[in-house]
Amino acid sequence: MAYRWTNDLTHADVTPKAAFLNRRQLIAGTVGFGAIAAGLPAAAQEALEPNTLQEIQSYNNYYEFGTGKSDPAENAHQLEVSPWSVKVDGMVDNPGDYGLEDLLAGLTVEERIYRFRCVEAWSMVVPWNGIELADILNKVGVQAGAKYVAFETVVQPENMIGVQRRVLDFPYVEGLRLDEAMHPLTIMATGIYGEPISKQNGAPMRLVVPWKYGYKSIKSIVRITLTDVEPPTSWNVANPREYGFYSNVNPEVDHPRWSQATERKIGGGLFAARQDTLMLNGYADEVAGLYTEQPLNDYF
Amino acid sequence: MIDRLNSALRRVPAWLIYIVFAAWTGWEFWKALTGAGPYAVEPINVLERTYGEMALKLLVVGLLVTPLRRWFSINLMKFRRAIGVTAFFLVLAHFLVFAVLDVQSLERVWTEIIKRPYVTVGMLSFVGLIPLAMTSNNWSVRKIGAAGWRKLHKLTYPVAVFAAVHYLWLAKGFQLEPVIYTAIIVGLIAWRYWPKLGQVSRA
Repeated sequence: MAYRWTNDLTHADVTPKAAFLNRRQLIAGTVGFGAIAAGLPAAAQEALEPNTLQEIQSYNNYYEFGTGKSDPAENAHQLEVSPWSVKVDGMVDNPGDYGLEDLLAGLTVEERIYRFRCVEAWSMVVPWNGIELADILNKVGVQAGAKYVAFETVVQPENMIGVQRRVLDFPYVEGLRLDEAMHPLTIMATGIYGEPISKQNGAPMRLVVPWKYGYKSIKSIVRITLTDVEPPTSWNVANPREYGFYSNVNPEVDHPRWSQATERKIGGGLFAARQDTLMLNGYADEVAGLYTEQPLNDYF
Repeated sequence: MIDRLNSALRRVPAWLIYIVFAAWTGWEFWKALTGAGPYAVEPINVLERTYGEMALKLLVVGLLVTPLRRWFSINLMKFRRAIGVTAFFLVLAHFLVFAVLDVQSLERVWTEIIKRPYVTVGMLSFVGLIPLAMTSNNWSVRKIGAAGWRKLHKLTYPVAVFAAVHYLWLAKGFQLEPVIYTAIIVGLIAWRYWPKLGQVSRA
Protein backbone atom coordinates (compact mmCIF):
# COMPACT_ATOMS: atom_id res chain seq x y z
CA MET A 1 0.00 0.00 0.00
CA ALA A 2 2.69 2.49 -0.96
CA TYR A 3 2.01 6.06 -2.08
CA ARG A 4 -0.46 6.77 0.70
CA TRP A 5 1.30 10.09 1.22
CA THR A 6 2.07 12.37 -1.65
CA ASN A 7 5.32 14.20 -1.40
CA ASP A 8 4.67 17.91 -1.22
CA LEU A 9 8.32 18.57 -1.96
CA THR A 10 9.88 17.36 -5.15
CA HIS A 11 13.06 18.22 -6.99
CA ALA A 12 10.87 20.12 -9.42
CA ASP A 13 9.60 22.23 -6.54
CA VAL A 14 12.97 23.41 -5.50
CA THR A 15 14.93 23.71 -8.69
CA PRO A 16 13.73 26.97 -10.19
CA LYS A 17 14.12 29.33 -7.31
CA ALA A 18 13.52 32.23 -9.65
CA ALA A 19 10.15 30.77 -10.57
CA PHE A 20 9.23 30.63 -6.91
CA LEU A 21 10.11 34.26 -6.44
CA ASN A 22 7.98 35.15 -9.44
CA ARG A 23 5.04 33.25 -8.03
CA ARG A 24 5.43 35.09 -4.77
CA GLN A 25 5.43 38.42 -6.55
CA LEU A 26 2.36 37.39 -8.47
CA ILE A 27 0.45 36.56 -5.30
CA ALA A 28 1.66 39.70 -3.65
CA GLY A 29 0.31 41.67 -6.56
CA THR A 30 -3.16 40.16 -6.32
CA VAL A 31 -3.94 39.74 -2.64
CA GLY A 32 -1.57 42.11 -0.95
CA PHE A 33 1.42 41.38 1.20
CA GLY A 34 -0.37 41.13 4.56
CA ALA A 35 -2.57 38.30 3.36
CA ILE A 36 0.44 36.28 2.33
CA ALA A 37 2.27 36.75 5.57
CA ALA A 38 -0.83 35.52 7.39
CA GLY A 39 -1.68 32.69 5.04
CA LEU A 40 1.66 31.07 4.51
CA PRO A 41 2.15 28.22 6.95
CA ALA A 42 4.25 26.68 4.23
CA ALA A 43 6.52 29.71 4.17
CA ALA A 44 9.39 27.67 5.55
CA GLN A 45 9.27 25.60 2.41
CA GLU A 46 10.71 28.44 0.41
CA ALA A 47 14.06 27.42 1.83
CA LEU A 48 13.54 23.73 1.17
CA GLU A 49 16.34 22.62 -0.97
CA PRO A 50 17.83 19.19 -0.40
CA ASN A 51 21.28 19.18 1.12
CA THR A 52 24.05 17.88 -1.08
CA LEU A 53 24.95 14.21 -0.84
CA GLN A 54 28.37 15.28 0.42
CA GLU A 55 26.78 17.22 3.30
CA ILE A 56 24.40 14.39 4.13
CA GLN A 57 27.25 11.88 4.19
CA SER A 58 29.80 13.88 6.16
CA TYR A 59 27.83 15.41 9.06
CA ASN A 60 26.34 12.60 11.10
CA ASN A 61 25.51 11.44 14.57
CA TYR A 62 26.17 7.72 14.79
CA TYR A 63 27.72 7.26 18.22
CA GLU A 64 28.72 3.66 17.53
CA PHE A 65 31.36 5.21 15.27
CA GLY A 66 32.38 8.08 17.55
CA THR A 67 30.83 11.25 18.91
CA GLY A 68 32.33 13.75 16.45
CA LYS A 69 30.21 14.80 13.49
CA SER A 70 32.82 13.57 11.01
CA ASP A 71 33.65 10.37 12.93
CA PRO A 72 30.93 8.26 11.26
CA ALA A 73 32.15 9.26 7.80
CA GLU A 74 35.67 8.25 8.81
CA ASN A 75 34.87 5.03 10.67
CA ALA A 76 31.64 3.58 9.29
CA HIS A 77 33.35 1.87 6.34
CA GLN A 78 34.17 -0.89 8.81
CA LEU A 79 30.50 -1.80 9.19
CA GLU A 80 29.75 -5.23 7.74
CA VAL A 81 26.44 -4.98 5.83
CA SER A 82 26.19 -8.09 3.74
CA PRO A 83 24.69 -10.46 4.39
CA TRP A 84 22.14 -8.55 6.48
CA SER A 85 19.51 -10.26 8.49
CA VAL A 86 16.61 -8.70 10.40
CA LYS A 87 14.96 -10.53 13.27
CA VAL A 88 11.22 -9.93 13.38
CA ASP A 89 9.61 -11.10 16.62
CA GLY A 90 7.02 -10.41 19.25
CA MET A 91 3.35 -10.05 18.39
CA VAL A 92 3.58 -10.86 14.68
CA ASP A 93 2.04 -13.59 12.53
CA ASN A 94 5.26 -14.41 10.69
CA PRO A 95 8.20 -14.07 13.05
CA GLY A 96 11.68 -15.09 12.00
CA ASP A 97 15.09 -14.06 10.76
CA TYR A 98 14.60 -12.41 7.39
CA GLY A 99 17.30 -11.70 4.87
CA LEU A 100 16.99 -8.01 4.01
CA GLU A 101 16.07 -8.76 0.39
CA ASP A 102 13.34 -11.17 1.48
CA LEU A 103 11.91 -8.71 4.00
CA LEU A 104 11.62 -5.97 1.38
CA ALA A 105 10.81 -8.12 -1.66
CA GLY A 106 7.74 -6.97 -3.55
CA LEU A 107 7.45 -3.67 -1.67
CA THR A 108 7.58 -0.28 -3.38
CA VAL A 109 10.52 2.05 -2.89
CA GLU A 110 9.51 5.71 -3.11
CA GLU A 111 11.39 8.98 -2.95
CA ARG A 112 10.51 11.13 0.06
CA ILE A 113 12.07 14.57 0.48
CA TYR A 114 11.84 15.29 4.18
CA ARG A 115 13.03 17.91 6.59
CA PHE A 116 15.37 16.27 9.12
CA ARG A 117 15.65 18.03 12.48
CA CYS A 118 18.30 16.97 14.98
CA VAL A 119 17.68 17.48 18.70
CA GLU A 120 20.93 19.49 18.69
CA ALA A 121 19.09 22.27 16.78
CA TRP A 122 20.51 21.73 13.31
CA SER A 123 18.61 20.46 10.32
CA MET A 124 18.93 19.18 6.79
CA VAL A 125 16.61 18.31 3.92
CA VAL A 126 17.17 14.76 2.72
CA PRO A 127 15.80 13.06 -0.40
CA TRP A 128 15.31 9.56 0.99
CA ASN A 129 14.42 6.43 -0.93
CA GLY A 130 12.43 4.09 1.21
CA ILE A 131 9.49 1.86 1.86
CA GLU A 132 6.55 2.73 4.06
CA LEU A 133 7.08 0.95 7.36
CA ALA A 134 3.38 0.03 7.32
CA ASP A 135 3.99 -2.09 4.22
CA ILE A 136 6.72 -4.04 6.00
CA LEU A 137 4.63 -4.47 9.15
CA ASN A 138 1.61 -5.61 7.15
CA LYS A 139 3.81 -8.10 5.37
CA VAL A 140 4.91 -9.75 8.62
CA GLY A 141 1.40 -9.45 10.06
CA VAL A 142 0.81 -7.36 13.18
CA GLN A 143 -1.29 -9.22 15.74
CA ALA A 144 -4.22 -7.63 17.52
CA GLY A 145 -3.12 -6.28 20.85
CA ALA A 146 0.27 -5.02 19.65
CA LYS A 147 0.66 -1.37 20.63
CA TYR A 148 4.31 -0.52 20.02
CA VAL A 149 7.15 -1.33 17.64
CA ALA A 150 10.69 -1.64 19.02
CA PHE A 151 13.82 -1.38 16.87
CA GLU A 152 17.43 -2.33 17.49
CA THR A 153 20.68 -1.26 15.79
CA VAL A 154 23.39 -3.74 14.94
CA VAL A 155 26.34 -4.09 17.33
CA GLN A 156 29.69 -5.07 15.81
CA PRO A 157 32.09 -4.21 18.65
CA GLU A 158 35.20 -5.01 16.64
CA ASN A 159 34.07 -2.57 13.92
CA MET A 160 32.56 0.13 16.11
CA ILE A 161 34.91 2.32 18.11
CA GLY A 162 32.07 4.01 20.03
CA VAL A 163 30.75 0.66 21.22
CA GLN A 164 34.16 -0.15 22.64
CA ARG A 165 34.12 3.20 24.49
CA ARG A 166 30.60 2.62 25.84
CA VAL A 167 29.36 6.12 25.01
CA LEU A 168 25.81 4.81 25.40
CA ASP A 169 24.36 1.54 26.59
CA PHE A 170 24.53 -0.34 23.27
CA PRO A 171 22.77 -1.81 21.33
CA TYR A 172 20.99 1.39 20.40
CA VAL A 173 17.23 0.86 20.72
CA GLU A 174 14.25 2.94 19.67
CA GLY A 175 10.51 2.60 19.54
CA LEU A 176 7.29 4.00 18.15
CA ARG A 177 3.66 3.70 19.07
CA LEU A 178 1.96 1.43 16.53
CA ASP A 179 -0.11 4.26 15.02
CA GLU A 180 3.05 6.32 14.54
CA ALA A 181 4.76 3.34 12.94
CA MET A 182 1.82 2.75 10.59
CA HIS A 183 1.58 6.41 9.57
CA PRO A 184 2.28 6.91 5.86
CA LEU A 185 5.05 9.43 6.61
CA THR A 186 7.07 6.79 8.46
CA ILE A 187 9.48 4.99 6.18
CA MET A 188 12.35 2.54 6.22
CA ALA A 189 15.00 4.21 4.10
CA THR A 190 17.37 2.17 1.97
CA GLY A 191 18.69 4.96 -0.24
CA ILE A 192 19.45 8.66 -0.57
CA TYR A 193 19.47 10.50 -3.91
CA GLY A 194 18.67 7.19 -5.59
CA GLU A 195 21.87 5.57 -4.36
CA PRO A 196 22.11 2.83 -1.72
CA ILE A 197 22.22 4.51 1.67
CA SER A 198 25.77 5.06 2.93
CA LYS A 199 27.01 3.29 6.04
CA GLN A 200 27.31 6.52 8.06
CA ASN A 201 23.67 7.25 7.22
CA GLY A 202 22.54 3.86 8.55
CA ALA A 203 23.05 1.22 5.86
CA PRO A 204 21.50 -0.98 4.81
CA MET A 205 18.13 0.05 6.29
CA ARG A 206 17.13 2.76 8.75
CA LEU A 207 13.97 4.29 10.10
CA VAL A 208 12.90 7.82 9.11
CA VAL A 209 10.22 9.56 11.18
CA PRO A 210 10.34 13.14 9.89
CA TRP A 211 8.24 14.82 12.60
CA LYS A 212 10.46 13.51 15.42
CA TYR A 213 13.99 14.47 16.42
CA GLY A 214 16.62 12.65 14.41
CA TYR A 215 17.68 10.21 17.11
CA LYS A 216 14.30 8.47 16.84
CA SER A 217 15.20 7.55 13.27
CA ILE A 218 17.32 4.56 14.28
CA LYS A 219 20.03 3.31 11.92
CA SER A 220 21.23 -0.07 10.63
CA ILE A 221 18.28 -2.02 11.99
CA VAL A 222 18.68 -5.73 12.84
CA ARG A 223 15.58 -6.30 14.90
CA ILE A 224 11.92 -5.27 14.80
CA THR A 225 9.73 -6.33 17.70
CA LEU A 226 5.96 -5.86 18.07
CA THR A 227 4.95 -5.47 21.69
CA ASP A 228 2.15 -4.25 23.93
CA VAL A 229 4.39 -2.32 26.35
CA GLU A 230 6.27 0.92 25.71
CA PRO A 231 9.77 -0.21 24.75
CA PRO A 232 12.94 1.36 26.22
CA THR A 233 14.66 3.93 23.98
CA SER A 234 18.39 4.63 24.25
CA TRP A 235 18.48 8.39 24.88
CA ASN A 236 15.53 8.20 27.23
CA VAL A 237 17.35 5.54 29.25
CA ALA A 238 20.57 7.62 29.23
CA ASN A 239 18.85 10.82 30.33
CA PRO A 240 15.06 10.69 30.89
CA ARG A 241 14.87 14.36 31.89
CA GLU A 242 16.25 15.49 28.54
CA TYR A 243 14.86 12.93 26.09
CA GLY A 244 11.29 11.68 26.14
CA PHE A 245 9.82 8.61 24.46
CA TYR A 246 7.87 10.70 21.94
CA SER A 247 10.53 13.27 21.04
CA ASN A 248 8.27 15.11 18.63
CA VAL A 249 9.86 18.22 17.14
CA ASN A 250 8.39 21.05 19.18
CA PRO A 251 9.72 24.62 19.19
CA GLU A 252 7.84 25.31 22.44
CA VAL A 253 9.54 22.64 24.53
CA ASP A 254 13.20 23.42 25.02
CA HIS A 255 15.84 20.84 25.64
CA PRO A 256 16.97 21.54 29.21
CA ARG A 257 20.37 22.62 27.90
CA TRP A 258 19.43 24.53 24.76
CA SER A 259 16.55 26.17 22.96
CA GLN A 260 14.52 24.29 20.36
CA ALA A 261 12.80 27.41 19.00
CA THR A 262 15.21 27.83 16.12
CA GLU A 263 17.53 25.68 14.07
CA ARG A 264 20.34 26.13 11.62
CA LYS A 265 20.17 24.36 8.30
CA ILE A 266 23.44 22.67 7.52
CA GLY A 267 25.31 23.92 4.49
CA GLY A 268 24.88 27.68 4.89
CA GLY A 269 28.49 28.42 5.74
CA LEU A 270 29.94 30.59 8.50
CA PHE A 271 27.20 33.22 8.37
CA ALA A 272 24.18 30.93 7.99
CA ALA A 273 21.09 32.47 9.60
CA ARG A 274 18.94 30.54 12.04
CA GLN A 275 15.41 29.65 10.96
CA ASP A 276 12.34 29.05 13.09
CA THR A 277 11.65 25.44 13.97
CA LEU A 278 8.19 24.32 12.89
CA MET A 279 5.75 22.45 15.12
CA LEU A 280 6.14 18.73 14.38
CA ASN A 281 8.89 19.78 11.98
CA GLY A 282 6.35 21.15 9.52
CA TYR A 283 4.26 17.96 9.41
CA ALA A 284 1.54 19.08 11.83
CA ASP A 285 -1.16 18.84 9.15
CA GLU A 286 -0.32 15.19 8.62
CA VAL A 287 0.41 13.94 12.14
CA ALA A 288 -1.12 16.28 14.74
CA GLY A 289 -4.13 13.96 14.74
CA LEU A 290 -2.03 11.24 16.35
CA TYR A 291 -1.68 13.36 19.48
CA THR A 292 -5.14 14.79 20.06
CA GLU A 293 -5.37 13.03 23.41
CA GLN A 294 -1.96 14.11 24.63
CA PRO A 295 -0.79 17.67 25.11
CA LEU A 296 2.40 17.73 23.03
CA ASN A 297 4.14 19.95 25.54
CA ASP A 298 3.71 17.35 28.30
CA TYR A 299 4.43 14.21 26.31
CA PHE A 300 7.75 15.39 24.90
CA MET B 1 69.37 18.24 30.23
CA ILE B 2 66.92 20.43 32.13
CA ASP B 3 69.50 23.19 32.43
CA ARG B 4 69.91 23.18 28.70
CA LEU B 5 66.13 23.25 28.22
CA ASN B 6 65.83 26.20 30.60
CA SER B 7 68.57 28.15 28.93
CA ALA B 8 66.99 27.46 25.55
CA LEU B 9 63.65 28.66 26.92
CA ARG B 10 65.32 31.83 28.19
CA ARG B 11 66.17 32.73 24.63
CA VAL B 12 62.53 32.41 23.46
CA PRO B 13 60.72 35.74 23.80
CA ALA B 14 57.31 35.55 25.54
CA TRP B 15 55.67 37.76 22.91
CA LEU B 16 56.08 34.90 20.46
CA ILE B 17 53.07 33.30 22.16
CA TYR B 18 50.85 36.25 21.21
CA ILE B 19 52.06 36.17 17.61
CA VAL B 20 51.61 32.43 17.23
CA PHE B 21 48.10 32.36 18.70
CA ALA B 22 46.93 35.50 16.88
CA ALA B 23 48.04 33.83 13.64
CA TRP B 24 46.42 30.54 14.65
CA THR B 25 43.11 32.25 15.52
CA GLY B 26 43.07 34.07 12.18
CA TRP B 27 44.02 30.92 10.30
CA GLU B 28 41.20 28.89 11.86
CA PHE B 29 38.75 31.70 11.06
CA TRP B 30 39.95 31.75 7.47
CA LYS B 31 39.51 27.97 7.21
CA ALA B 32 35.97 28.29 8.64
CA LEU B 33 35.18 31.05 6.17
CA THR B 34 36.34 29.02 3.20
CA GLY B 35 34.94 25.71 4.48
CA ALA B 36 38.30 23.97 4.57
CA GLY B 37 38.86 20.58 6.21
CA PRO B 38 36.74 20.08 9.33
CA TYR B 39 34.78 23.25 8.52
CA ALA B 40 33.38 21.91 5.25
CA VAL B 41 29.82 21.17 6.30
CA GLU B 42 28.98 23.09 9.49
CA PRO B 43 31.69 25.65 10.30
CA ILE B 44 30.02 27.59 13.13
CA ASN B 45 29.96 24.96 15.86
CA VAL B 46 33.35 23.64 14.84
CA LEU B 47 34.93 27.10 15.13
CA GLU B 48 33.18 27.71 18.45
CA ARG B 49 34.55 24.45 19.75
CA THR B 50 38.02 24.89 18.32
CA TYR B 51 38.51 28.25 20.09
CA GLY B 52 36.95 26.98 23.32
CA GLU B 53 39.06 23.84 23.50
CA MET B 54 42.28 25.75 22.81
CA ALA B 55 41.41 28.25 25.56
CA LEU B 56 40.88 25.35 27.96
CA LYS B 57 44.22 23.83 26.96
CA LEU B 58 45.97 27.14 27.66
CA LEU B 59 44.31 27.36 31.09
CA VAL B 60 45.68 23.90 31.84
CA VAL B 61 49.16 24.90 30.63
CA GLY B 62 48.96 28.00 32.83
CA LEU B 63 48.16 25.81 35.83
CA LEU B 64 51.07 23.52 34.93
CA VAL B 65 53.74 26.24 35.18
CA THR B 66 54.17 26.05 38.95
CA PRO B 67 54.18 22.23 39.30
CA LEU B 68 56.61 21.92 36.38
CA ARG B 69 59.00 24.21 38.20
CA ARG B 70 58.60 22.44 41.55
CA TRP B 71 58.85 18.89 40.26
CA PHE B 72 61.03 19.09 37.19
CA SER B 73 62.75 22.46 37.63
CA ILE B 74 61.45 23.48 34.21
CA ASN B 75 61.02 27.22 34.26
CA LEU B 76 58.15 28.55 32.16
CA MET B 77 57.38 31.40 34.54
CA LYS B 78 58.16 34.16 32.09
CA PHE B 79 55.58 32.76 29.63
CA ARG B 80 52.77 32.51 32.14
CA ARG B 81 51.37 35.99 31.62
CA ALA B 82 51.28 35.54 27.84
CA ILE B 83 49.62 32.12 28.26
CA GLY B 84 46.92 33.55 30.53
CA VAL B 85 46.22 36.63 28.41
CA THR B 86 46.09 34.49 25.26
CA ALA B 87 43.61 32.17 27.00
CA PHE B 88 41.45 35.22 27.75
CA PHE B 89 41.48 36.34 24.11
CA LEU B 90 40.56 32.84 22.94
CA VAL B 91 37.65 32.71 25.38
CA LEU B 92 36.59 36.09 24.00
CA ALA B 93 36.78 34.70 20.45
CA HIS B 94 34.82 31.61 21.60
CA PHE B 95 32.15 33.87 23.12
CA LEU B 96 31.95 36.06 20.01
CA VAL B 97 31.45 33.05 17.73
CA PHE B 98 28.73 31.83 20.10
CA ALA B 99 26.97 35.21 20.32
CA VAL B 100 27.37 36.60 16.79
CA LEU B 101 27.52 33.55 14.53
CA ASP B 102 25.69 30.86 16.52
CA VAL B 103 22.93 32.43 18.62
CA GLN B 104 22.73 35.57 16.45
CA SER B 105 20.77 37.95 18.67
CA LEU B 106 21.59 39.79 21.90
CA GLU B 107 18.23 38.89 23.35
CA ARG B 108 18.77 35.20 22.74
CA VAL B 109 22.34 35.39 24.07
CA TRP B 110 20.96 36.81 27.30
CA THR B 111 18.24 34.12 27.46
CA GLU B 112 20.85 31.41 26.93
CA ILE B 113 23.07 32.81 29.70
CA ILE B 114 20.20 33.02 32.18
CA LYS B 115 18.38 29.84 31.24
CA ARG B 116 21.08 27.31 30.43
CA PRO B 117 23.29 26.36 33.37
CA TYR B 118 26.15 25.22 31.16
CA VAL B 119 26.20 28.60 29.41
CA THR B 120 25.93 30.36 32.79
CA VAL B 121 28.95 28.47 34.06
CA GLY B 122 30.88 29.26 30.88
CA MET B 123 30.04 32.96 31.27
CA LEU B 124 31.20 32.92 34.91
CA SER B 125 34.50 31.54 33.68
CA PHE B 126 34.74 34.28 31.02
CA VAL B 127 33.80 37.08 33.43
CA GLY B 128 36.31 35.79 35.97
CA LEU B 129 39.05 36.11 33.37
CA ILE B 130 38.35 39.80 32.71
CA PRO B 131 39.96 41.25 35.88
CA LEU B 132 42.84 38.82 35.45
CA ALA B 133 43.51 39.96 31.88
CA MET B 134 43.15 43.62 32.90
CA THR B 135 45.73 43.31 35.69
CA SER B 136 48.22 41.29 33.67
CA ASN B 137 50.76 44.11 33.40
CA ASN B 138 53.62 45.34 35.57
CA TRP B 139 51.87 48.58 36.42
CA SER B 140 48.93 46.68 37.98
CA VAL B 141 51.22 44.42 39.96
CA ARG B 142 52.94 47.50 41.43
CA LYS B 143 49.65 49.28 42.03
CA ILE B 144 47.92 46.35 43.75
CA GLY B 145 51.03 45.00 45.45
CA ALA B 146 52.50 41.55 44.93
CA ALA B 147 50.53 39.86 47.70
CA GLY B 148 47.19 41.32 46.66
CA TRP B 149 47.91 40.61 43.02
CA ARG B 150 48.72 36.99 43.78
CA LYS B 151 45.53 36.69 45.79
CA LEU B 152 43.46 38.18 42.96
CA HIS B 153 45.02 35.82 40.46
CA LYS B 154 43.92 32.81 42.47
CA LEU B 155 40.69 33.51 40.58
CA THR B 156 42.34 31.37 37.92
CA TYR B 157 41.28 28.29 39.89
CA PRO B 158 37.51 28.85 39.86
CA VAL B 159 37.83 30.10 36.27
CA ALA B 160 39.45 26.81 35.23
CA VAL B 161 36.96 24.71 37.20
CA PHE B 162 34.00 26.56 35.66
CA ALA B 163 35.51 26.07 32.22
CA ALA B 164 35.84 22.33 32.85
CA VAL B 165 32.27 22.05 34.17
CA HIS B 166 31.04 24.00 31.12
CA TYR B 167 32.73 21.43 28.87
CA LEU B 168 31.49 18.44 30.90
CA TRP B 169 27.96 19.76 30.90
CA LEU B 170 27.55 20.32 27.19
CA ALA B 171 28.55 16.79 26.18
CA LYS B 172 25.85 14.37 25.10
CA GLY B 173 26.22 10.90 26.57
CA PHE B 174 29.44 9.77 28.22
CA GLN B 175 32.41 11.40 26.53
CA LEU B 176 35.99 10.99 27.61
CA GLU B 177 37.68 14.33 26.75
CA PRO B 178 35.72 16.57 29.15
CA VAL B 179 36.25 14.07 31.96
CA ILE B 180 40.00 14.04 31.32
CA TYR B 181 40.23 17.85 31.29
CA THR B 182 38.22 18.09 34.49
CA ALA B 183 40.38 15.50 36.23
CA ILE B 184 43.59 17.30 35.23
CA ILE B 185 42.31 20.73 36.30
CA VAL B 186 40.93 19.49 39.63
CA GLY B 187 44.16 17.56 40.20
CA LEU B 188 46.36 20.59 39.50
CA ILE B 189 44.36 22.76 41.89
CA ALA B 190 44.10 20.09 44.60
CA TRP B 191 47.88 19.68 44.43
CA ARG B 192 48.26 23.33 45.42
CA TYR B 193 46.13 22.90 48.53
CA TRP B 194 47.28 19.43 49.54
CA PRO B 195 49.15 20.16 52.80
CA LYS B 196 51.95 17.60 52.34
CA LEU B 197 52.72 18.47 48.75
CA GLY B 198 52.40 22.21 48.87
CA GLN B 199 53.63 23.75 52.10
CA VAL B 200 54.96 26.82 50.32
CA SER B 201 52.34 29.21 49.06
CA ARG B 202 51.82 28.82 45.36
CA ALA B 203 50.78 31.42 42.89
